[in-house]
Amino acid sequence: MKFTEDHEWLKTEGDLVIVGITEHASEQLGDVVFVELPDVGDEVSKGDEICVIESVKAASDILAPLDGEIVEINEDLADNPGLVNEDPLGKAWFFKMKLADASALEGFMDEAAYKDFIG
Amino acid sequence: MSDLKRTPLYDLHVELGAKMVPFAGYEMPVQYPLGVMKEHLHTRAQAGLFDVSHMGQVIVPGADAAEAFEALVPVSLMGLKEGRQRYAMFTNDEGGILDDLMVANRGDHLFVVVNAACKEADIAHMRAHLDQVEEITDRALLALQGPAAEGVLEALVPGVAAMRFMDVGISQWNGVELWISRSGYTGEDGYEISVPADRAVEFAKTLLADEAVEPIGLGARDSLRLEAGLCLYGHDIDTTTSPVEGNLSWAIQKVRRKGGEREGGFPGADRILTELEEGPSRLRLGLRPEGRAPMREGVEIFASAEGGAPIGRVTSGGFGPSIEAPMAMAYLPADTAEGTTVYGEVRGKRLPATVVPMPFRPSTYKR
Repeated sequence: MKFTEDHEWLKTEGDLVIVGITEHASEQLGDVVFVELPDVGDEVSKGDEICVIESVKAASDILAPLDGEIVEINEDLADNPGLVNEDPLGKAWFFKMKLADASALEGFMDEAAYKDFIG
Repeated sequence: MSDLKRTPLYDLHVELGAKMVPFAGYEMPVQYPLGVMKEHLHTRAQAGLFDVSHMGQVIVPGADAAEAFEALVPVSLMGLKEGRQRYAMFTNDEGGILDDLMVANRGDHLFVVVNAACKEADIAHMRAHLDQVEEITDRALLALQGPAAEGVLEALVPGVAAMRFMDVGISQWNGVELWISRSGYTGEDGYEISVPADRAVEFAKTLLADEAVEPIGLGARDSLRLEAGLCLYGHDIDTTTSPVEGNLSWAIQKVRRKGGEREGGFPGADRILTELEEGPSRLRLGLRPEGRAPMREGVEIFASAEGGAPIGRVTSGGFGPSIEAPMAMAYLPADTAEGTTVYGEVRGKRLPATVVPMPFRPSTYKR
């Protein structure tokens, strides 16, 4: 698993990458009440705001971690946004994407580096 | 946060694991480890304890205090019986709202509670118009809210169960005076309790020792008051909104209206009395957005799904944990009928919302 400075986790599954948010991010957000996901087939560029997470406190964006195409989204989050708090690293994955350049993943932090990053 | 003030319960909040944030010049708990959603639901199911010591407590002494105070508010205070409390608002000469407040008749004086962010200005305003104004700085203010509040407080302070909504009284607890009102800011039955500052921690800990009681932060306080349809000063009402536009006409008794015995005689009476007669052009109304996306403060409201100029703006909005849906308050043209579909522009998309009566969740006051 790799981690971004925007508190997303990335996990490879074949030639796809699964993206979610970290436990730290879910704690900071507080109780999540609404998730808006991108559409399957969307071509996204690194840094695009492609998801919205609304918690009881505020709205936050999830950025596309890399260039690629959205191939699957987690429909369960629409009905049960609380999953983001219950199981951020598991059931609450947000989307799967096909990377334009799979080697780009190497630039991200591993778990130890991410732990240092959040202090 | 060195310039910020602390309430007498600051150390207790930290001990309870609260996340402290700056609010109206104070370091206040926004949430405890339970989290906003569970704190909200706990208050509705059992009882929540809130530190509202940042709010201003003021005594206006004198037999003629009610009469003098009526020059500042569009509310009947001479008609307020001893032992009763009433909601009021300070108005300005333009008919806008300087602050909203609670006023209690305690026999030989009025007891007034004002918002933290406005308290310095409010006290200066009162001092400019009233002979005697005493700010109470040696007492904390706690709120105990929710269906279990009555049982919990009655066990400590016998007699409070007999109070009705908006009754006030003074009770003894362990050798100190508690100033108690049966009111609050959650839509729940409950009490607000003024306690001497040096005994506030002891009193709060005694309440928290009851397993029905959890400490509740500002986050849940906001979602609770929003579900109850209650205004947050500086957001839902301010100096640009009149009490009539703010849908607070219910707080203006007949005796202060046109043709009443003590008609007018408060700042901005011209505008406010005219609006009461002829209706305002806009009104604070409730919205229930479809789906789950909240419409927060600042979201512009449109009459149709495409085109046109905004017809209003959300002043408070969020997700209601008890109604399990988003809710918002917005100023809209006053002739907007309940049931009308309007559209809030959220992140560039116009999402439908229905105009609904408030409160969003029925209140459970002990009337």
